[in-house]
Amino acid sequence: MAVTIAKEKWTSKVGEMVLGADSSVKAGGESTLPFLHFEGDVPNKVVLALEVWDLEPVDWPEILKAPFEGVLADPVAWAKKNVEYGADAVALRLMSAHPDFKDASPEDCAATAKAVAEAVNVPLIIIGCGVEEKDAEVLEKVGEALAGKNCLLGCATEKNYKTITATAMVNGHSVVASSPLDINLAKQLNILMTEMNLPTNRIAIDPLVGALGYGIEYAYSIMERARMGALMGDKMLAMPVICFVGQEAWKAKEAKSPDDESPEWGAQERRAILWEVLTTTTFAQAGGSIFVLRHPETVKQVKVHVDKMMESNAY
Amino acid sequence: MGLTGLEIFKQLPKTNCKDCGQPTCLAFAMQLASGKASLDQCPHVSDAAKEALDSASAPPVALVTIGKGDKELQLGNETVLFRHDKRFEHPTGIAIKVNDTDDDITAKVQAINKLVFDRVGQIHKVNLVAVNNASGDAAKFTEAVKTVQDSSDFALVLISEDAAAMEKALEVAGANAPLICGANAANFDAMLALAKKYDAPLVVKGADLNELAALVEKAGYKKLILDSGAREVNNVLADQTQIRRQALKKFRPFGYPTIAFADNEDPIQAIVDAGVYIAKYAGIVVLNTADPADVLPLITLRLNIYTDPQKPIAVESKLYEIGTPGPDAPVFVTTNFSLTYFCVQGDVEAGRISAYIMPVDTDGISVLTGWAAGKFTPEKITEMLNSCGIADKVNHKKMIIPGGVAVLSGKLQELSGWEVLVGPRESAGIPSFIKQRWGA
Ligand code: B12
Ligand code: SF4
Repeated sequence: MAVTIAKEKWTSKVGEMVLGADSSVKAGGESTLPFLHFEGDVPNKVVLALEVWDLEPVDWPEILKAPFEGVLADPVAWAKKNVEYGADAVALRLMSAHPDFKDASPEDCAATAKAVAEAVNVPLIIIGCGVEEKDAEVLEKVGEALAGKNCLLGCATEKNYKTITATAMVNGHSVVASSPLDINLAKQLNILMTEMNLPTNRIAIDPLVGALGYGIEYAYSIMERARMGALMGDKMLAMPVICFVGQEAWKAKEAKSPDDESPEWGAQERRAILWEVLTTTTFAQAGGSIFVLRHPETVKQVKVHVDKMMESNAY
Repeated sequence: MGLTGLEIFKQLPKTNCKDCGQPTCLAFAMQLASGKASLDQCPHVSDAAKEALDSASAPPVALVTIGKGDKELQLGNETVLFRHDKRFEHPTGIAIKVNDTDDDITAKVQAINKLVFDRVGQIHKVNLVAVNNASGDAAKFTEAVKTVQDSSDFALVLISEDAAAMEKALEVAGANAPLICGANAANFDAMLALAKKYDAPLVVKGADLNELAALVEKAGYKKLILDSGAREVNNVLADQTQIRRQALKKFRPFGYPTIAFADNEDPIQAIVDAGVYIAKYAGIVVLNTADPADVLPLITLRLNIYTDPQKPIAVESKLYEIGTPGPDAPVFVTTNFSLTYFCVQGDVEAGRISAYIMPVDTDGISVLTGWAAGKFTPEKITEMLNSCGIADKVNHKKMIIPGGVAVLSGKLQELSGWEVLVGPRESAGIPSFIKQRWGA
């Protein structure tokens, strides 16, 4: 018996963000739910970025440090390595700016960002140290130094979005807008930023996701709801979603616990990488478009999966 | 799905004879609609009406049971497409496959029996062992089924498309209602007859959605699990989505739980595919691996996706003793969100520290969420400190609070009269914190 394929008639789509000096990387643009090619367009693959720190990470587990042996103290070399590993973008995290670490000046941070930008030919995502006031100062200088490079700057919050938005507009960048797991807070921040005349397709929503086992379900549902909002015409939800998966997945006990500590959990390397991979692919099913990751093997595995998911399943 | 009183009323005799204990048929219909009465209380309702009402009030995805007794697994009864619409009801059953050609089947089953994980105080495990007739030989299959049945903690899935082999295997395992996997267009009548004979659930596989619907229509049997035949993850996603959507629209042939096979040749990709199936509607997912490093992430994902969005999992807010705490044992303050509590408990245990943990009732939300929502406050902490009897158990007045809420310490110290030590932000730092800061 013939089954009539059930298709939703969506009226709108997710905005398309373009990144990189040569506009080579695109995110978003879907006119259906994730990977439902039978119903609408899924024009772009998810964007996979690997993190680079401007300060050698001390508490990363060995299996996460190993692929970057020799470059962890050198952001330029590390960034190049990320590109070799197949990252679509490099996410530079300006940890040194943190008052508890080096309290590096905005100028120093800008110089690092510039050096990294000149060393690689993929788009940059530049992330501050997480202290909102400091990030505003730092990103202002970084934005200037990288004018025209079409980077993604973050993270803008309700406290510091004004400076970051202004820098992005003047120097031609896009902005990560972070709000804690709440559709209305996300919309509110997007409204504030677009009211400053930042085009909607230059904002990426960061819902502050948690990892598998650590609240993934909250972000999953928020992202599904945001995608449906976008498809039903809510312009203030129609931005690609960025997920900082690496930082969350590698905090999980299941990723950090060595073989001998939890033998009943199997080998650490396999379970840790699967932790990051599954957190990513699950969010891809909920509508995530840009993923900031830490382990190169995760990039490799997610790529293989996404290539498969991009094959048509039209009836 | 619920019917309205009026819809039910249309099917009743409308004689108002009161035999049901209600004054009118309409009153009875209203009681039915609100679940306060059951249809069999009306002795006069016709068989046709009964069937119409039964099928209209049946859930969009039928409830199907595999196995018996404490190995029983229930699937189905799903009512939504998105977990935020209400919740997903019956977590995806995880089946681990063994082949009848495997060398040491007993050892494999023992490894599967160990796939039981304690997470936030609840036990999570795999649910089924799938025995695959890889040999194509009926005797070998039957022997493997017997071995697995004797040594497994879980109900069985019998995988063979050869009805003769299935018949033999069912002579051994049929009494325990295993999942028969299964029927296809070629063996349909024979497999269906076997399922009926043993009153066991049956997987129906179509070459595509159309053939699947036709086979289900033809079956006239209700204990079904659906297999659309798709094996590549992009296509399985599409079919799973269609089946769930159609079921919710009450397209009856698709009103059953589904099965998906994580058969990708690349073992990591197979896990990734299985993750998609868990998130997207599979009733059962069959894995080819029993490696805990593969299974733990999937079990965790299932737990997350199937958590009821309306209620965070909480632990009872009371004083907990870890190890054998003496009067000089440390006192840790946290919240009663189960994930938070068990992080702290786990790390205290990992550091081999005997201690008291005091989870304040925050309606089951985390430390920072609780603080931001005004549910983890100096007042509430002080109240619990005073009411839980900790003061009589220890000879000091020092509590340790999470580093994330260091800002509470001044006010808390003032209100409680206890000294407040600000602990690390992450509970993983507790063991080294205790070494440096406690008892010294
Ligand atoms: C999931 C989540 C939610 C869920 C709540 C789920 C739940 N049951 O708690 C929901 C969606 C409901 C939610 C809502 C809100 N949230 Co919220 N939420 C989160 C999120 C993503 C994860 C929280 C979590 O589960 N963490 C895991 C648990 C295990 O962590 P934890 O309890 O902190 O425990 C750790 C440590 O604190 C420590 N620890 C715990 N106890 C102890 C004890 C001792 C002695 C020691 C030493 C250590 C220690 O060890 C644990 C493991 O490391 C965080 C962001 C994040 N990534 O952390 C935001 C976050 C906590 N939420 C936040 C906010 C603001 C809110 C809201 C107020 C916002 C809103 N949208 O309205 C609401 C309030 C809800 C309400 N009114 O009830 C903010 C808090 C900001 C702040 N610093 O105050 C956060 C930090 C997000 C952010 N970056 O802005 N949230
Ligand atoms: S017993 Fe049946 S027919 Fe009689 S009043 Fe009740 S509902 Fe109506």
